[in-house]
Amino acid sequence: MLKILKSGLFTTLQDMGRYGFLDKGVPVAGCMDSFSAKKINQLLENDSAVAVLEITMTGPTLLFEEATYVAIGGALLSATLNNEPVANYEVIKVSGGDILSFGKLEKGFRCYLAIKGGFKTPLVLGSRSLFSSVTKKNHLVDGEELPYGASPDFKPKISKLKVDSFLDEQVLTVSKGPEYDSLSDKQLEMLFYKAFSIANENNRMAYQLEEKIIGIKTSMITSATLPGTVQLTPSGKLIILMKDGQTTGGYPRVLQLSDRAISVLAQKKYGDEVRFQLN
Amino acid sequence: MKKYSISIRPFGKHAILLEWPSRVDRDILEDILQFTQYLRECCLKSDRWEIVPAYNSVTLIYREEPIEFDDFKEKLKNWYNEDIKVVNRQRVLWRLPVCYDLDFGIDLIEIAERSGMSIGEIVSLHTSHVYTVFGIGFLPGFTYLGGLPEILEFDRRPQPRPKVVAGSVGLAGKQTGIYPQESPGGWNIIGNCPVPMFNPKEEEPCFVSVGDQVQFYSVSRAEYDLHKIESEVGIYKLEKILLDA
Repeated sequence: MLKILKSGLFTTLQDMGRYGFLDKGVPVAGCMDSFSAKKINQLLENDSAVAVLEITMTGPTLLFEEATYVAIGGALLSATLNNEPVANYEVIKVSGGDILSFGKLEKGFRCYLAIKGGFKTPLVLGSRSLFSSVTKKNHLVDGEELPYGASPDFKPKISKLKVDSFLDEQVLTVSKGPEYDSLSDKQLEMLFYKAFSIANENNRMAYQLEEKIIGIKTSMITSATLPGTVQLTPSGKLIILMKDGQTTGGYPRVLQLSDRAISVLAQKKYGDEVRFQLN
Repeated sequence: MKKYSISIRPFGKHAILLEWPSRVDRDILEDILQFTQYLRECCLKSDRWEIVPAYNSVTLIYREEPIEFDDFKEKLKNWYNEDIKVVNRQRVLWRLPVCYDLDFGIDLIEIAERSGMSIGEIVSLHTSHVYTVFGIGFLPGFTYLGGLPEILEFDRRPQPRPKVVAGSVGLAGKQTGIYPQESPGGWNIIGNCPVPMFNPKEEEPCFVSVGDQVQFYSVSRAEYDLHKIESEVGIYKLEKILLDA
């Protein structure tokens, strides 16, 4: 078991998402920054779909009860194993009784912890991703325990990965959304010629942007939305839906983030700047 | 079945949006559902495809590599224009109990005053119409029900409530629906349905599908409480009527 001694600000268990129920209104959920999560699962030679911890801004304190191997990726969160610093994207051997904790957030926003073989919590509707409507709660709490298989004999083929970090990137590559063509020249200029800052309202459901552009007044018949869909409200606010975002919406979908851009955005926090670039 | 002029557009690199004429119309919904059934059975059989119909559109999402849009658009056009022969999924009319007591129907008095109808008239109108499920979204298991009589069309509340309780039955514009869980919401609440619309413990967590029909019937507080308990212990039997294709 992995014992969550302290859960941190918002630590959740996520895999690559819950599929097959989008037409019943169930969001995909899954790792916000799936690129970083996949990298550390690769490093541990895990299937890319196994569940990892997603740690947001302030990390947890974790006690390992059995020996295994772990890897950390995504945000730089000053991780230490028994008070000794450990690096991102390296295979870390842990023994029973070891304590992993996190410190100052140096860069990025979401840090991932993968474990050899993945966490073995029950699947709910085909996924281990926590999402309140499906799994009752969306984050882990103090004292909770997560099962994993002990892997004392794992011989990693590679011990570290060189990863091109996108934590400093500001550009979000986008394609045209379904309602892109209803944007005026003025709206397009506002969308592409300046940076936007991340509003305080940002979470796993959606990121709102602080600066407004000219809104779209015309109403639209409810239709599907996806993670990475940029909605423009009548008041001119831009809302970027993320992994826990609703599956349908009635606001014009002006842009659609690339998969990579969703990961780039997932590493942004309140006040950070981003800009859109049409791909 | 009559063929419509449909638009096919990319929606990011992994999804395609197909749109029928922009109106809320049961014939359009039927055409969409028949085509999506054909796609599922004959063209896009892989479970890597997610298919989300809603009102006048359907979105096809592929979980693997990006879609080659131009090729795929041609294929979709051809598939749509083929003489589709599929057995439609059995459509169902679900009969759902609603308790319209004022404890639940917290906006009944206000909308009765606004419309000049009595609460009894509102309840009788709401229960006498059969509604069509045009979409499921906003929350898991939240059904957008169309077919509301014009006299029951009320604008959303100017200020959404921070908390609407699970089971609340609401009216908003041309739609009625049930909140499957506690949530913020701006609909006018007229009653409460004791049957859970979303249950993640079931293999099929939401018994209703787009294209199904729903009719409400009024129950007393005592019947409501009974159905609530029956649902909680898993012995509530859903009332359904199978519809002819």
